[in-house]
Amino acid sequence: MQASVSSLPTPHRPHSIIRSNSNPSFRSCGLRKEAFGFQSLSQFLNRESRWIRIFPTNPRSRRQFVFSASASASAADNGSQLPTSFDYDLVIIGAGVGGHGAALHAVEKGLKTAIVEGDVMGGTCVNRGCVPSKALLAVSGRMRELQNEHHLKALGLQVAAAGYDRQAVADHANNLASKIRGNLTNSLKALGVDILTGFGTIVGPQKVKYGKVGLSDNVITAKDIIIATGSVPFVPKGIEVDGKTVITSDHALKLEIVPDWIAIVGSGYIGLEFSDVYTALGSEVTFIEAMDQLMPGFDPEIGKLAQRVLINPRKIDYHTGVFATKITPAKDGKPVIIELIDAKTKEPKDTLEVDAALIATGRAPFTKGLGLDNINVETQRGFVPVDERMRVIDAGGNPVPHLYCIGDANGKLMLAHAASAQGISVVEQLTGKDNVLNHLSIPAACFTHPEISMVGLTEPQAREKAEKEGFEISIAKTSFKANTKALAENEGEGLAKLIYRPDNGEILGVHIFGMHAADLIHEASNAIALGTRVQDIKFAVHAHPTLSEVLDELYKSAKVNSDITKPVSEPVSV
Amino acid sequence: MPALSSTMTEGKIVSWVKSEGDVLSKGEAVVVVESDKADMDVETFYDGILAAIVVNEGESAPVGAPIGLLAETEDEIAEAKAKAAAQSSSAPATSAPKVEEPAPVAAKVEAPAPAPTVAAGPATPGKVVATPYAKKLAKQHKVDINKLAGTGPFGRITPEDVEKAAGIAPAPKANVAAPVAQAVAAPAASSPKAAASFPEIPGSHVVPFTTMQAAVSKNMLESLSVPTFRVGYPIATDALDALYEKVKPKGVTMTALLAKAAAMALVQHPVVNSTCKDGKSFTYNNSINIAVAVAINGGLITPVLQDADKLDLYLLSQKWKELVEKARAKQLQPQEYNSGTFTLSNLGMFGVDRFDAILPPGQGAIMAVGASKPTVIAGKDGFFSVKNKMLVWSCMDMCKTDASSASIFSAYPDNRYLVNVTADHRIIYGADLAAFLQTFSKIIENPESLTM
Repeated sequence: MQASVSSLPTPHRPHSIIRSNSNPSFRSCGLRKEAFGFQSLSQFLNRESRWIRIFPTNPRSRRQFVFSASASASAADNGSQLPTSFDYDLVIIGAGVGGHGAALHAVEKGLKTAIVEGDVMGGTCVNRGCVPSKALLAVSGRMRELQNEHHLKALGLQVAAAGYDRQAVADHANNLASKIRGNLTNSLKALGVDILTGFGTIVGPQKVKYGKVGLSDNVITAKDIIIATGSVPFVPKGIEVDGKTVITSDHALKLEIVPDWIAIVGSGYIGLEFSDVYTALGSEVTFIEAMDQLMPGFDPEIGKLAQRVLINPRKIDYHTGVFATKITPAKDGKPVIIELIDAKTKEPKDTLEVDAALIATGRAPFTKGLGLDNINVETQRGFVPVDERMRVIDAGGNPVPHLYCIGDANGKLMLAHAASAQGISVVEQLTGKDNVLNHLSIPAACFTHPEISMVGLTEPQAREKAEKEGFEISIAKTSFKANTKALAENEGEGLAKLIYRPDNGEILGVHIFGMHAADLIHEASNAIALGTRVQDIKFAVHAHPTLSEVLDELYKSAKVNSDITKPVSEPVSV
Repeated sequence: MPALSSTMTEGKIVSWVKSEGDVLSKGEAVVVVESDKADMDVETFYDGILAAIVVNEGESAPVGAPIGLLAETEDEIAEAKAKAAAQSSSAPATSAPKVEEPAPVAAKVEAPAPAPTVAAGPATPGKVVATPYAKKLAKQHKVDINKLAGTGPFGRITPEDVEKAAGIAPAPKANVAAPVAQAVAAPAASSPKAAASFPEIPGSHVVPFTTMQAAVSKNMLESLSVPTFRVGYPIATDALDALYEKVKPKGVTMTALLAKAAAMALVQHPVVNSTCKDGKSFTYNNSINIAVAVAINGGLITPVLQDADKLDLYLLSQKWKELVEKARAKQLQPQEYNSGTFTLSNLGMFGVDRFDAILPPGQGAIMAVGASKPTVIAGKDGFFSVKNKMLVWSCMDMCKTDASSASIFSAYPDNRYLVNVTADHRIIYGADLAAFLQTFSKIIENPESLTM
């Protein structure tokens, strides 16, 4: 989270405004930018600054553009003619979830496809992210249930003390990652996608070089190229990661130690999920958060409830409004030492001594060595600039033909399923069907116990948008306490919240905290994606008794003034 | 209690976000209230200091009733606290404090252990380092963390240190990392003191102590440091039975009769009501508080009849009924189970004719009452027979046993029971105890004085 604070919005300059106004598609970007200004998921990127930097901001960059253009022209000359026939229709650099999703869709659409991967297949999500963390969280969830004597007693259960074997838990996570990686690789092979091993570099328009260090490089041509190189954990400067006592999520997922006391820097998704795992396994946790509140990305009301359930009753304390300027790993008989300064005054505030520190301050794009210079593309703090159709934008502000970037590398929405959705959107365009992905319909989930999920805008974002565009918003809320299934499970703690327009019933955002929230959100995200209004979806029938009735109640409690169903609004682009 | 919805009539305090003494600013969330609909944060409309909490976590209050007092200045805190005390003492019976698990068998608050010498101190000299849970516990139990000496790694204060200082039994460690492969091989390594000599019996399984059981275990071990001895005395119960028949319709219980009799005897023998705290002196207790052992939910607890010598039989019976109800609901307040000065234990309902009790730490003596015997058996160790009716009554108090088997032996003329008292010989000597028992037997055999 610290990174989000460090990024500074670049002020609008007259020049860029003129440019953006001259291009209708960019204007729509500007509009979407408002909605995403405080997007919770964009923890470590700042859309304002990136969007503006897409356009040349001063005459110098124009000159640079001219210069670069001639440079690439000469490069093309050297490399003989631009290819007229290609080795592949589509080459994807990076075999993570984004690349995989794009490849599957490309094959379905009849494109000859290759995927280049320099590391393990599956990328961050499968190997060092969502997948192994779900294995650990599955363990922590069960530990919590078995340790909650009061809860078990209420159900009439008697269970002897729960214990765990650290190595076996770690193996479970590792085995799951291997299995999913195998499935993913096999699915690509079965469909006839060529897997090319080595780090991919763009050497010119429609040309990719790949190969391993020390081996000869291969150059292939492709009609279209998708960059899907993902991200790596972001470590703020001053923090020394030794992989043992000061670690990132990459190390933590291997669960090599369960420290007695661990500090977690950053209280976003990653930090929160790990706090769930560590406290269930017996650790005590100290959060270090740069913002004034824990979980700054979440809807404030959900964040408050989450804090009450996920933080306060557990063996967790926290320091907010502070930066960890220096973290020294444990050595020479000393514990891990963390120096904190006030986020505002920069005054030294405190020094912590703990057994381990997990750096969960977000993720940084992995775009080095991609050869973007060769095609005159400048990254913005590492991110590859793209337009709403994922077309890569060069230093001159123009889309680079036949080059796209999806997923964490473009930083629009750093979620595995967002990358995959962007990839599918690109393939749709390649096969002649214009497609703009509505990022506001992409759900997100945090797999704590209980879970948190959300789609669309938070309440403050919605209020800001409403004020700017001159409409009213209303809020509807339902409690899991009123849900039969939740009560049967003795899991009544939870809240679902709907933010909508009372004038036309448009769903602006849905936030859920409670049992199985991550699975429940899709009814709402689908409604947003399809433009379904509250007054229509409230007639949809939900099986009784299920947790989905929490959403049923939510829709039914919403008050829409006009019962006339208006046509679906244009999908809004990002 | 604010009205959080139009249909709300009363609300339950889920948790206090702030503690007494915290400075509040307008708009800050102070308390979480459960209404008939949902849990909601309640914010303060004024700046000030949260002087006193009137309605504790887990308790309910009607809409409009005060739940906490806000002081504008520090000077007003004392006044507010006094008000709060007045309010909570007259609090309606609707209050349902959940508090902590009652610690059993007269758990006394022990003084903080002397600071052990710690080899490795904090990396920053002079800094107090406490783990998150230790801080939470310290706040909960009002322990000043700055005065503790940490025994954890790098001299840090651990939750165990705080528990020790607060005199509470350590909570069972949530999850011991016990790899399956090692579970069989290494029981000796995990608990070198005890397990070494115990062979592994196949098919056995380990159930850790509950908090209450852990406290019992701790108290029982502590009793080993006290040199105790036992004295028995047979007492005829016919007169007591006759009295009991008379007062029973008025709601008087046998437990109350016995407690009252013991209390009256203790008035004449204050040394038996005294405590040896430091091994150097007698501590004479002003009050005579009779703790009565109750078996409950696999645990053991000793609700205390305070000032049993001063209250009449009817009040004592009423009080006892309340205490047992509270014990069942786990709602006993600490002073209701740890303030005993003398303990009464009765196993007569199981047909036990004699037993000796273990002296609870912090008390001078405990009385063990056995079952009634229709005939007198004279023995050196002595034992008592207790009338069946009596025993059944005890049963009803504690175990809800059927009373139908009441008078099997009632035809026998001279029912006796055998009372066995265990005492701390550092302060109570044989003659003291014998004299006390003599007085006690006189009261039981001439019980009219009990009703006065």
